[in-house]
Amino acid sequence: MDKCDKCGKPATVHLTDFIDGKIVEKRLCASCAAAEGLVVKTNLSISELLEDFILHTTSQETADLTCDVCGLTFNEFRQQKLLGCPNDYDAFEKALVPLLEGAHGGASQHVGKVPHRAGGQQKARNALLRLRADLKKAIAAEDYEKAAMLRDQIKELE
Amino acid sequence: MKLADLTRRAGEWLRGCGPMEDVVISCRARLARNLAGEPFLSRCSPQRRSEIEARLRREITAAGVAATVLYVDLVSASGLDRRLLVERHLISREHADSDHPRGVAISSDETASIMVNEEDHLRIQVFRSGLRLPEAAEQLSAIEEKLEDRLDFAFHSRYGYLTACPTNVGTALRVSVMLHLPALKMTGQLEKAIRAAKDMRLEVRGLYGEGSEALGDFFQVSNQTTLGVDERQIVEEFGGELVPKFIEYERAARSALLAKQASALEDKFQRGLAILRSARLMGSQEATYLLSLVRLGIATGKIGGVDIKTVNEVFLLTQPAHLQKLLKKELSGVSRAEARASYIRSRLATGAEGPAHG
Repeated sequence: MDKCDKCGKPATVHLTDFIDGKIVEKRLCASCAAAEGLVVKTNLSISELLEDFILHTTSQETADLTCDVCGLTFNEFRQQKLLGCPNDYDAFEKALVPLLEGAHGGASQHVGKVPHRAGGQQKARNALLRLRADLKKAIAAEDYEKAAMLRDQIKELE
Repeated sequence: MKLADLTRRAGEWLRGCGPMEDVVISCRARLARNLAGEPFLSRCSPQRRSEIEARLRREITAAGVAATVLYVDLVSASGLDRRLLVERHLISREHADSDHPRGVAISSDETASIMVNEEDHLRIQVFRSGLRLPEAAEQLSAIEEKLEDRLDFAFHSRYGYLTACPTNVGTALRVSVMLHLPALKMTGQLEKAIRAAKDMRLEVRGLYGEGSEALGDFFQVSNQTTLGVDERQIVEEFGGELVPKFIEYERAARSALLAKQASALEDKFQRGLAILRSARLMGSQEATYLLSLVRLGIATGKIGGVDIKTVNEVFLLTQPAHLQKLLKKELSGVSRAEARASYIRSRLATGAEGPAHG
């Protein structure tokens, strides 16, 4: 198997490109190809995805983020791949959202179960989000009867 | 209830009878939870970890999550006992091998286990044989609610239940199935199936979780998305839509194989069974390979007189830690292969021989 031009790992992407009127052949591994924006990586496992994200986010601004509750820096998170405390989700928000969206099919908003003690407000908010998602699906499936019903439920909650 | 009570038999769910048992051995639903107001484990001092472990042990025991609960302190448990729990899927390999204060609570019927201080403060898991995810999810949610009555879990209005690894955040619910895919392997379609799984945002791993090699023809498939979907959707989509695709794919491969080379396959199955019934030394890899063949033979109706339940149980009880527990002594090399062969002979010897369809 060919080796990746950039890092020497097995190459899985072969690209023939025209650059300044010349044919350029590139052989790249999946990670480097994704880094160049050549392929969309849908077929990576979650740990590969995380590793990949961590390798390729190198902005100085995010690396210096620090949680003032547990003291973890974003750089340390990149190395150990585990967060230090619940507050990290807020402290690293800017840097984490792209990772969450990558790992969870574009979503970064919880719509599932809410703790009993978190109160009714949060529950209503999540119910609303779920109804809106269902409405979108119903419209896409041209199920207008269901869509009308969902629309009424949404109005009621709003 | 003691740990030793577990060894002589396989828990009901481990025997793998249930819907779709020809392909699906078992299913599992798992929730991660962390205590609100506490750091995640990587930022806990040893003292803090030990306090969290003691508190969770106390609360789990008092919460009445099952009729009888056995709590195992993994720091004082022997290495052999920890391996045993891994072989039964009650704890992860990481949980067995780490060295900080940690434990596991196990329901007496082994359908539920709660790992304390694994990657998150709590990892609650529920198992079923065959494909019965809604049932597993229901029991899981009941256990979680009992614990939630006593504990405040870390929760965020945007990100849901907070976990040490951001890939679990949201519902923090992972569902998985253990699949037996021998025909896909034999027909060279396994790579394709695994790629298809990844395209469906599923993760495929070996029998004992993260980093473990697929053992024989056994694979663990699980969902990756935990944020932006609710618990019901996760269970319905995974168990109701995605897993059935694999089942269909494997069954189609089985039919194609049987249509093309029925006698060659039947020969393979019967030889496999004959070796298991007569060998005097049996290594673990060979046992896995042959038991997989026999399992396929039973599932396709070409082997009679032995049932899938027995094969699943033999597979579990001949894993290294179980074998040593069963014989009550440390075994190595040849003596282990001898013990394995002898146990397999004793379990597969009885019953009528020959194909089910004469």
